[in-house]
Amino acid sequence: MTNKIRVSCDRKNLKTIRAFVTDTLSPVHLSEITLNQIILAVDEICANLIIHSNREDSQKHLCLTIKYDGKEIVFELEDNGIPFVQANYLEPNIPDNIRTGKKGGVGVALVNRIMDKVEYSVQGATNICRLRKVVA
Amino acid sequence: MKIKHTITDNTITISLDGELDASSSVLLDEELSNPSIMMFGKILVDCKNLNYISSAGLGVFISHLQRFEDAQIKLIFFNMQEKVRNVFEILGLDLLMTIVSSYEEAVTIAND
Repeated sequence: MTNKIRVSCDRKNLKTIRAFVTDTLSPVHLSEITLNQIILAVDEICANLIIHSNREDSQKHLCLTIKYDGKEIVFELEDNGIPFVQANYLEPNIPDNIRTGKKGGVGVALVNRIMDKVEYSVQGATNICRLRKVVA
Repeated sequence: MKIKHTITDNTITISLDGELDASSSVLLDEELSNPSIMMFGKILVDCKNLNYISSAGLGVFISHLQRFEDAQIKLIFFNMQEKVRNVFEILGLDLLMTIVSSYEEAVTIAND
């Protein structure tokens, strides 16, 4: 099974992406919690691509492809914005965030804890983020 | 996302209805940033109809928590759906914030 959606880089499209993930995964028997976690992980990456990589430029687009082979779900996100550099990523310290009143910085931590594998790569002008989740 | 308030004495109950994501969490942030909220001693957050929360929604609560604690304002979540509570748990926020099952329990803790 393969399914694909392309949306403009507008944060209002996050709802559309979540609905697309929900619909695509409806034949896969997942618990409510697991399905919500998967939707959340995809939503977090898309929000980062829209807000940080593409600065909410609605002339730019991102593409999400979902593949499922009966055992593993693979989400592939493509965009042409500023690439995410995993080497620069620091795990958040939540008590510090609370103390300093920091709003952001916990999305990637959620993704890393939910997904089995998270890979970032660049091919020419295209950034690819691949999320893998074994569900069998 | 719809946000409603109920005010009783020095308690404000905020009811969240819908999905808190990077788009809708701006509304909640405006709500909690309003200086008038600091007049209350207790803020109860009814999560019964909160169907989804992302890091942006969590971030709004994280960013206001210390300000409320410094002002000795109690922030208590109740009626949270299991899938939403799970998102708090992934980051250990359930140990740093007060989340209870029911309104009655929230009121009891708020009055302690």
